[in-house]
Amino acid sequence: MSDLIGLTAAETAEKVASGEVSAVEVAQAHLDRIAAVDGKLNAFLHVDTDGALEAAKAVDAHRASGDQLGPLAGVPLAMKDVVVTKGLPTTSGSKILQGWIPPYDATISKRVKDAGIVMLGKTNMDEFAMGSSTENSAYGPTANPWDLSKIPGGSSGGSSAAVAGFEAPLSIGTDTGGSIRQPAAVTGIVGHKPTYGAVSRYGLIAFSSSLDQAGPFGRTVLDAALLHEVIAGHDRCDSTSIPQPVAPVVAAAREGARGDLSGVRVGVVRELQGEGYQAGVLASFEAAVAKLRELGAQVVEVSCPHFEYALPAYYLIAPSECSSNLARFDSVRYGMRVGDDGVNSLEEVMSLTREAGFGPEVKRRIIIGTYALSSGYYDAYYGQAQKVRTLIVRDFTAAFDQADVLVSPTSPFVAFGLGERVDDPMAMYINDLCTLPASLAGTPAISVPCGLSDGLPVGLQIMAPALADDRCYRVAAAFEAATDRLVPPAEVLA
Amino acid sequence: MTTLSYEDVVARYEPVFGLETHVELGTRSKMFCGCSTEFGAEPNTQTCPVCLGLPGALPVVNEVAIESTIKIGLALNCSIATWCRFARKNYFYPDMPKNFQTSQYDEPLCFDGYLDVEVEGKSYRVGIERVHMEEDTGKNTHVGTSGRIHGAEYSLVDFNRAGIPLIEIVTKPVPGAGALAPEVARAYVTELRDILRTLGVSDVRMEQGSLRCDVNTSLNRPGEEWGTRTETKNVNSLRSVERAVRSEIIRQAGLLDAGERILQETRHFSETTGDTRPGRSKEEATDYRYFPEPDLVPVAPDPEWVEKIRAGLPELPAARRARLRDSLGVSDDDMVQMSNAGVVDLVGATVEAGAPVGEARNWWLGYLAQQANSREVEASDLGISPAQVARLIALVADGTLSAGLAKQVVDGVLETGHDVDAVIAERGLQRVSDTGALEQAADEAIAANPDVADKVRGGKLPAVGALVGAVMKATRGQADAAAVKEILLRKLGVSE
Repeated sequence: MSDLIGLTAAETAEKVASGEVSAVEVAQAHLDRIAAVDGKLNAFLHVDTDGALEAAKAVDAHRASGDQLGPLAGVPLAMKDVVVTKGLPTTSGSKILQGWIPPYDATISKRVKDAGIVMLGKTNMDEFAMGSSTENSAYGPTANPWDLSKIPGGSSGGSSAAVAGFEAPLSIGTDTGGSIRQPAAVTGIVGHKPTYGAVSRYGLIAFSSSLDQAGPFGRTVLDAALLHEVIAGHDRCDSTSIPQPVAPVVAAAREGARGDLSGVRVGVVRELQGEGYQAGVLASFEAAVAKLRELGAQVVEVSCPHFEYALPAYYLIAPSECSSNLARFDSVRYGMRVGDDGVNSLEEVMSLTREAGFGPEVKRRIIIGTYALSSGYYDAYYGQAQKVRTLIVRDFTAAFDQADVLVSPTSPFVAFGLGERVDDPMAMYINDLCTLPASLAGTPAISVPCGLSDGLPVGLQIMAPALADDRCYRVAAAFEAATDRLVPPAEVLA
Repeated sequence: MTTLSYEDVVARYEPVFGLETHVELGTRSKMFCGCSTEFGAEPNTQTCPVCLGLPGALPVVNEVAIESTIKIGLALNCSIATWCRFARKNYFYPDMPKNFQTSQYDEPLCFDGYLDVEVEGKSYRVGIERVHMEEDTGKNTHVGTSGRIHGAEYSLVDFNRAGIPLIEIVTKPVPGAGALAPEVARAYVTELRDILRTLGVSDVRMEQGSLRCDVNTSLNRPGEEWGTRTETKNVNSLRSVERAVRSEIIRQAGLLDAGERILQETRHFSETTGDTRPGRSKEEATDYRYFPEPDLVPVAPDPEWVEKIRAGLPELPAARRARLRDSLGVSDDDMVQMSNAGVVDLVGATVEAGAPVGEARNWWLGYLAQQANSREVEASDLGISPAQVARLIALVADGTLSAGLAKQVVDGVLETGHDVDAVIAERGLQRVSDTGALEQAADEAIAANPDVADKVRGGKLPAVGALVGAVMKATRGQADAAAVKEILLRKLGVSE
């Protein structure tokens, strides 16, 4: 294993900027690692060797000509395949988009490129970001670098596995109900879901528009913060993008790393623990809370009584929006087309294409959402779920009167076995129990590693009020500084 | 079933009608992206990821479209929402890039207004339910014998139109117009068209589809509840609005007379036959699964901004007509005629440029209207300005031009785009008043037509017309015919 792949993003950027290593060497080291281990992980759907080396060369040329490099220039990154990349295949983990080459870049793709970050390729994911294990990908599951028989989380499992497995120091994920935080937790890395609207959604293939939010993965809190600052910020191509300055997350991460949390009020959410949570997860979580207290934080218990309705509300809102968002995949303008034999009618070709192109979980959600939005049921389902959302926002507002941040386990369980839950949607859905409230409220939350249970990573979720992403990073960085970094056993990918 | 007479039907039934009018706004860019809206470009050249519905693309609202919609709402006496949202109307069709239309549902931007229209001297108030924003679809071309999607060999889709801002203006049901329901419906669309044109928010060309109507009609017997309504689509001219209401009234009366029930359905109007044919039935209609558009933030127009827009509204047609009627002394009938021809403003401007109102009216309703018709353009786009028309009228008045010459000058202005005086000079069109030249032409005409001259001398005075014609021909129409006749008669020694 090359030394270069073990570096953090911050360290790599520093070495590239100082000329100690070239961006091309860094990119090549990661491409070699991918070639060596991705057969086992299946984290990547598409590796862009030429594009990566070319981007790296450009960074080296900039440095050679004396240009000032950005804080992550020359650092490799893995991009979740839900993000549209000009000229690079983008499938969102679905057969229905197989072979589609986008003619445009998502805003975050553009920002990543403009920052001199070297995009290595596109990562595997649950189809259209629907899932918690990456087993819903049309292109086969991704394995967890801690144990190849376990899931890497989902839906951003390719992105979490790539970072945990040292294929890339950074990656981008998207989080609709927990799809950044839960994969980060079960692979032992850092993942942050920004405030809704902090990162542009332009060019993210929509799953649930009112919930989708892209965010960073890194092996350290500082790395995630550095990437956060690259991708966040107002974008006039996204009407829901927030026209406010980006929260100072890098400064917060550095400040937190000093390990002092005195004066910070930490709220433990009563409803996000207890029954249904693995004992080892709860033990790690309790130890983490004790550690926060040691660092000077004032720990209080808060109650958010409506969080228990987050799961049913989410599983109405997200399928409803997805049933509409996925209607465009009709074979008329791009993607797969099935049954166009000159005999079948247009409707038949559309139906046959969608029948063949979508996987079972996507179909399940389209059907649930179509039903929930239908005339006569809208008020009882979608309308009611939106009211729950308002109640959850109120719970957060009340809780943030008592605490600066709220904490919980990120997931009730550690990584479970591949194939273990595929036949039980409910068992799969409760993975999101802890992450859903912040998704529905549009508030920021980070997952930071907090120890092992049965040899597998546990995540600590730190939630903050809208626009106060910096609080997540500060507390996470302090916690990180006071704990040992988790590294997967080397023999798994040897 | 025998065809009923309209008079008979409206004596026994009361019609109620309502209109849904779609207007393409004249914004330079589309509703949710920056693509051009210009008509007639090569297919699919005015598209981008947003209006093609590519994966990941997101809409952003066109602020000018919102302002235009508020203008329309204010002109129609509507309340303007302080907060409203877009909604998605979900259905599958290949001209819909996203397979949902971004529209407004239960939260229109403008609501609860009215428009007064006049028919046969009586005023009717048409209630406005709502004015809302949505986007247009692409345009399908089905290639094959039928021209319809079923049975087409293949179909082509042009997305240039997809995403062009559309405004939908929905009236409340209009009862009480009785036999005049078709005329009131037409007067409403005419007035609406004039308002939209005055506001400058749309080019309102029905023939290009920038204003399209759906007409709802129902019948009930006096004293009974309103009947079941049908919705007639594809009503795309003012005349068709009137015909569609009338034909639907007669059709429904026939069914009711026979004791049958009216189906709530969508019907299509045929311009050629003037009647309606059934389309899809509303009772098995698509469930559009409306829900608030999560990709767009709510529209919340600042009341101060709305008041600013209100203060900046131009004089609306009704007020303008009242003012012209008062200041010009134009009769109500003339005003209706001028309004129908779309020349009220042109006449007003011509008068302001110094012409007498009668002459201005005659020109704009006469020769200029014919020219506009034959060129298939609006009078305002004909290419001659009110100031030029006023100049022309002045030249006729002072004898420089005859009526015939004046028309030739108009032709010249339309052909060359040059000014009135320039055309007269270029084409030598001023009246010949040189008596010597006329005397000579008269002598030549008499010499060339000895037989005719004899007839006149013999007392057949009308025969002089042929000689006048010869002189006029020789002077290329630039002589005054009356003066020519006088000279000829004098030379032939006869008097009238």
